[in-house]
Amino acid sequence: MAERSFVKEVQKLRLGAGETFHGEGILAITKALLQCGVGYVGGYQGAPISHLMDVLADAQDILGELGVHFEASASEATATAMLAASVHYPIRGACTFKSAVGLNVASDALANLASGGVTGGALIIVGEDYGEGSSIMQERSHPFAMKSQVWLLDPRPNLPSIVKAVEDGFELSEVSNTPVMLMVRIRSCHVTGSFETKDNKRPEMTVADALENPRRDTNRIVLPPASFLHEKEKVEKRMPAAVDFIRSRQINEFFGPERGKAGIILQGGMYNSVIRALQRIGLADVYGETDVPLYVLNAVYPLIDDEVIDFCEDKESVLIVEEGQPNYLEQAIASMMHKKGVDTRILGKDILPMAGEYTGQVMLDGISAYLRANAPELLAAQVLAPNAPGENTLAADLAKVVPGRPPGFCTGCPERPIFAATKLIEQELGPHHISSDIGCHLFSIMPPFELGATTMGYGLGPASASAFNSPDAKRRSISFVGDGGFWHNGLTSSIGNAVFNENDGVIVVVDNFYSAATGGQDILSSRADNPTKSTKHPITDAVKGMGVKWVRHIDRTYDVTKVRAALREALTTKEKGPKVIVASSECMLNRQRREKPLTAKAISGGERVVKPRFGVDEDVCTGDHACMRLSGCPSLSVKKLDDPLRDDPVASIDHTCVGCGNCGEVADAAVLCPSFYRADVVHNPGWWDRFTDRVRRGVTGFLQSRREKRRLTFADA
Amino acid sequence: MAKRMKAKEDQKIIKLAILAVGGQGGGVLTNWITDVAERNGYLAQATSVAGVAQRTGATIYYVEMCPDTGRRPVFSLAPAQGDIDILIAAELMEAGRAVMRGFVTPDRTTLIASAHRIAAVSEKVEPGDGRADSPTVHRNAREAASRYICFDMEKVAVEAGSVISSSLFGALAGSGALPFPRESYEKTIEASGRGVKASLAAFGRAYDLTVSGARVEEGRPDAAPASKQITVDGPQRLVARWNALAARAEAYPEPVRSMALAGLRKVVDYQDLAYGAEYLDRLDKALAADSAEKSYALGEAAAKHVANAMCYDDILRVADLKTRTARAERIRTEMKVGEANVLQVTEFFHPRVEEFCGTLPARLGRFIENRPGLAHWVDRRINRGRRIRTDSLFGFGALWLIGTLRPWRRSLLRHQVEEAHLERWYALALDTAQRDYALAVEILNCRRLIKGYSDTHVRAHSKFDRVLSGLPLLEGRDDAADWLRRLREAALKDEKGELLDGALKTVETLKAA
Repeated sequence: MAERSFVKEVQKLRLGAGETFHGEGILAITKALLQCGVGYVGGYQGAPISHLMDVLADAQDILGELGVHFEASASEATATAMLAASVHYPIRGACTFKSAVGLNVASDALANLASGGVTGGALIIVGEDYGEGSSIMQERSHPFAMKSQVWLLDPRPNLPSIVKAVEDGFELSEVSNTPVMLMVRIRSCHVTGSFETKDNKRPEMTVADALENPRRDTNRIVLPPASFLHEKEKVEKRMPAAVDFIRSRQINEFFGPERGKAGIILQGGMYNSVIRALQRIGLADVYGETDVPLYVLNAVYPLIDDEVIDFCEDKESVLIVEEGQPNYLEQAIASMMHKKGVDTRILGKDILPMAGEYTGQVMLDGISAYLRANAPELLAAQVLAPNAPGENTLAADLAKVVPGRPPGFCTGCPERPIFAATKLIEQELGPHHISSDIGCHLFSIMPPFELGATTMGYGLGPASASAFNSPDAKRRSISFVGDGGFWHNGLTSSIGNAVFNENDGVIVVVDNFYSAATGGQDILSSRADNPTKSTKHPITDAVKGMGVKWVRHIDRTYDVTKVRAALREALTTKEKGPKVIVASSECMLNRQRREKPLTAKAISGGERVVKPRFGVDEDVCTGDHACMRLSGCPSLSVKKLDDPLRDDPVASIDHTCVGCGNCGEVADAAVLCPSFYRADVVHNPGWWDRFTDRVRRGVTGFLQSRREKRRLTFADA
Repeated sequence: MAKRMKAKEDQKIIKLAILAVGGQGGGVLTNWITDVAERNGYLAQATSVAGVAQRTGATIYYVEMCPDTGRRPVFSLAPAQGDIDILIAAELMEAGRAVMRGFVTPDRTTLIASAHRIAAVSEKVEPGDGRADSPTVHRNAREAASRYICFDMEKVAVEAGSVISSSLFGALAGSGALPFPRESYEKTIEASGRGVKASLAAFGRAYDLTVSGARVEEGRPDAAPASKQITVDGPQRLVARWNALAARAEAYPEPVRSMALAGLRKVVDYQDLAYGAEYLDRLDKALAADSAEKSYALGEAAAKHVANAMCYDDILRVADLKTRTARAERIRTEMKVGEANVLQVTEFFHPRVEEFCGTLPARLGRFIENRPGLAHWVDRRINRGRRIRTDSLFGFGALWLIGTLRPWRRSLLRHQVEEAHLERWYALALDTAQRDYALAVEILNCRRLIKGYSDTHVRAHSKFDRVLSGLPLLEGRDDAADWLRRLREAALKDEKGELLDGALKTVETLKAA
C-alpha cells in the first residue's frame, strides 16, 4: 500500500467531454493518457513522479475497463524496454520515472528503442528531480534526448499545457516513428490547476490483440545492417518529420510584441519564472501579457532552426533561459546564428549562472541585468538604477543560530537501530569502510550516525565495495543496500557479483517491506497482500539462490544487541565469501498508517489493546545526550528543566513516540543509563489485568507510603 | 515604447509560503488555504516538493492566489526572495530560516510563526547544551517582518487535541492578512471531514490569541527561575530539623541563598538531614573566601556543584527514584492513563561489575576490584541487559529493597570513591581561590562535565581530568579563568573531545609564547 492513496481522486479520471478537471499535475497527466487511447502504461517510482505510479496503481479498475495494461516495472530499464510493445504494433504506450537517475538506468533500453524506432506512439514521462528538494546528483535529461535522438518536450507548467503536451507527444512519436520524452519538473508534478476534459478512449489495438496477432520486421531490430540504416533514418526521415510536426502544429509559442531590440528564448518549463521576473520589473501583467518578445520552447529537442532564426534576426541580442548545465540550447542557437551569418548576440550562461536552480531571485537578477544592458529604454527608472539591495544583514546573525535540518529517519524508523548497532560495532572493532546505497538508509551518512563513505547508484552499494576485497587486509568492508535497491538491480549487480568474485565483505540488506523512500510502494518481498501483484518473496531465499552461503536473518531490527552480534560474527567469522545479513522490520510510517485506524477501532470496539510509549525519568537522566548520539529520533529531544542546579537540558520523549523500542534497546546494548522506561497502557483491560493491577498497586502503594511516611518528601509549592 | 508599470494597474497576486518540518502536516494546511481562497472567489495554485525531503527535514509549501476574473493568471511555482506577502513558519527556527533566505521583508511580509521548538539533530547530540538561541530569532524576525505574529501554536493545538495545521490556520485567519471572513475558514475545516471538532477548537483559540495580540515572552524562557517555594512533608521531628537547616541556608546572601536552598533540598532528598548539614558545612568554607563585591560567584558555584557532586548517580538513587509515589503519578499523567486503563512499566537496566562493587561495603568491593580474574568472573554473571517490570511485585520489590540500603550508603565503595574525588576537587578550588578567585569559580564549574552512567561516566571523568590538566599551564596568567572556561566549553561540544584536544594544544602554545 502506498503512502498516499488516490482512490478517491482517481474518480476524476472518469470525467467526460466538456467537463472540468480540478487537481494535481500527476492526475492530469494520467487523465491525458487515457484521453489519448493509451494501450499500456508502466514505470518505476521515485520523486517527483512517485505519485504518478500511485495514481496508476489506484486507477487499475478504470484502466482495466478501458483495456489498458498497467505494469509496476522492476526498474526504469524494464519500464523503457516495455515500450518495445510499440515497435511493431500501433499501440500507444507510456512509461514514467524519475530523472536523470532513471534515464541513466534506462539508457540501454532507450538507445535500442530509439534505434529501431516505433510504430505506436511511445511516451516517456520523466520527472526532472533538479533543484531544491532534489535527492539526486544534479544532471540534465536533455543530453539523453540528443544522444539517442528522441524528442524532448518541456511544456509550460500549467495543467492545460501539460495535457496538450501528452496529446502532442503521442502524435509526434507516431509521425516521426520516434519515442518522445515529456519532461515535468519537480513542482509541476504537484501543481494544482484545472483543464477541460475529453472522453477517455479505448486503445485501437490492445496488448491482447497484439498477443493474438504477432508481427515482426527484421528491419526494426538493432543488428547490422539494420542498425546502420536506423542511424541514417534518424537524420534523413525521422528528424525532418519531427521538425515539420512541431512547426506546423505550433508546439512552440511566441508571446509579446513581434519585434524588438531584445528577446528571450526559454524552456517551456521556465515560462512562469520568466513571467514572474517580468511582472516584478513592470514588463508583464498578472496574465502574462509581456512587453518583451518571448519564444517559448515547449519542444526543446529538436530545435526548429527557421523559427529560431526568425525570432532572433531582427534583434540586437537574445537571452537564452536554460536551467542546468551544460548549456546545450545556447550552444545550438549560437551555432545557428553563426552558420546563417546572423549577428544577433546570443547571451545565456554569461548573464545567468552556469549551475544551480533558476530561482525567482536568479531570474529577477538575470533578466533585469540583461535588459539594463540591452534594452534600457523598456525599464522604469527604479529598475534601471535600483537602490543597492544590500546584503541581508539579518542572515549573517541568524546563520550562527539557525541549525540545518536535513532529512533523516522518521520517528520509530526500523533502520535507526541497524545503524545504532553499526556505530556500536565500530566502537568495538574500529572503523570500517562502509558503502551506502540509495534509499532512506542513506540518511546514515548524516549526524548522529555519520556512517557510509559513498553512494554509487540504486542497488549498487555492495558493488561499490567490490574493490575492497583483499587477503592482505584484516578488516572487511560493510555495505548497505535497501530492499528496493536489492530488487531493482542489487541481486545481480551486487550480490551475484560478490558471490562470483568471492568477495569477503559484509552486506546488510535493509528490508522494510516496501520501496519506502519513494512512498511505500509494494515490491517482491513486501509482506502485504496485493490484489494485482505477487508479493512475499523472501530476500533470504533470493540471496541463497544466488549462491551466498553465510546468510543471517534478523526479523526485528529493533533488537540492537542481536544486530550487533550478527555484525560482529559477520566481521570476524573465518568463513569465506560474502556475509549477508537481512535485517527486516516494517517501515514505521507505513506501519502506523496501516495500524493506527485498526487500533483506534479496536479500542473503541472494546478490545484489549496494549499501546507502548517510551518515557524518560528526568531526575535520573544526567543530560549527557549519549542516547541521542545513537538515535536522532524526532520524538526524542532535549528539554530544559526548571531546576537551577542543572545546567544542561535532559532527554525527553514527546507524545509523537510510537514505542518502537529503540531507546530501551540502545540504552541496554550501549550500557547507557537507566533513565528510559517503557509505559504500556492497556486499553479495555480484562478482569485478570484489573485484578493483578489492583493487587500490585495495593502492595506497592503500601510499600511506598511506608517509606515516604518516615522520610521528608519535597514538593514544589 | 511607453514604460509601463503593469503590475500596479492589475490584479495583485497574493503570495504565501509555508516553512515546516517534514511530518508537521504542511500539506493539510496548504490544501485548506487553497480551499478557503477558492471559497472566496479566488483562483489559487499550490506547489510542494514531495519526496525524501519531507522525511523530518525542512520543507516548503507555496501558494499563490488572485481574484478570479475569468482569465487565467500566470502563477509562479516557487517562492522568491523579497516577494512574499504571508509567511507561515510551523516552528521557530523555520521562521529564522525564512528570514535568512530573504522570504521575510519589512515592506510587506506578515510572518506567522509558532514559537515552539523542534530541536534539530545537531542541537541534540552535543554533550552540553546545544540548543539554538531563540531570542536571536525573535529579534531578527521582528525586525525583518512587517508584522510578526508569534506564540506557541503547537501547544494551542495539542491542548485542543488537534494538530498544528489547525492553530496555524487560526492564526492566519486572525491576522486578517487574507481578505477572507472567519466563517469561510471554518467552513473549510468542516468540509475536510476529519477531527473537525478538535480542529475548530484549536483554530478558534489561535484566532482569538492572534486578534488579542498575544506575543511570545521577551525574556529568555529558561532564565534561572526566581527561588521557588517548596513544601516539606514528613515526621515532625525531621521537619523541625529541616527547618533549622533551611534557616541556615536562608541566612546566606543572594544569589547563594536560593541556590543553596535548592542544593540542600537535593542532598537531603538524596540521603538524609545529616548529609544536608555536611553540605552546608562545605558551603561555609567557600563563603569564607567570598565577598559581596565579587557578587558571591564562588559561593553560588559551590552551592550548585557541591550539591550535584554529593548526589552522584548510583543504583540506590535510581532504585529510590523509580519506586516513589510521585514518579508513578507523573507517568500516569504523562501517558494519560485513566482509571479505565492498566499501566505496565518496564525499566531498562544493564548492571556491570563496577556498579555491583560500588554497592558493596568498601572493603569487599575493593577486594573484588583488585582481583581482575574475580572481577571478570563476577562481571560475566551480572553484565547483561535486564528489563524490570516495576508494575510487578517482583520488579518493584527488587528496586524497593535496593532502596532500603540508603542508610548504609556512606559505607559503600562508591561513596568513598566519590567523596575522595569531591574533596580533592573542592580543596583545589578553595586553595586556588586564595590566589585567583575567578579561576577557582571556573574550577568549580568544571563539575558540570561529570555526568552519565557507566562508559559515558568514565568518559566524562576523563574529560574533567583533561580540562583540569590545563591548570598548571594556566596558573598565574591574568586570563587563566577565561581559558579554563574555554576548555570546559570545548569539552561540552563533542563526544570524543576533539575540540578539547585542540583547545589544550592552544593552551600549551600559550606557555611557550
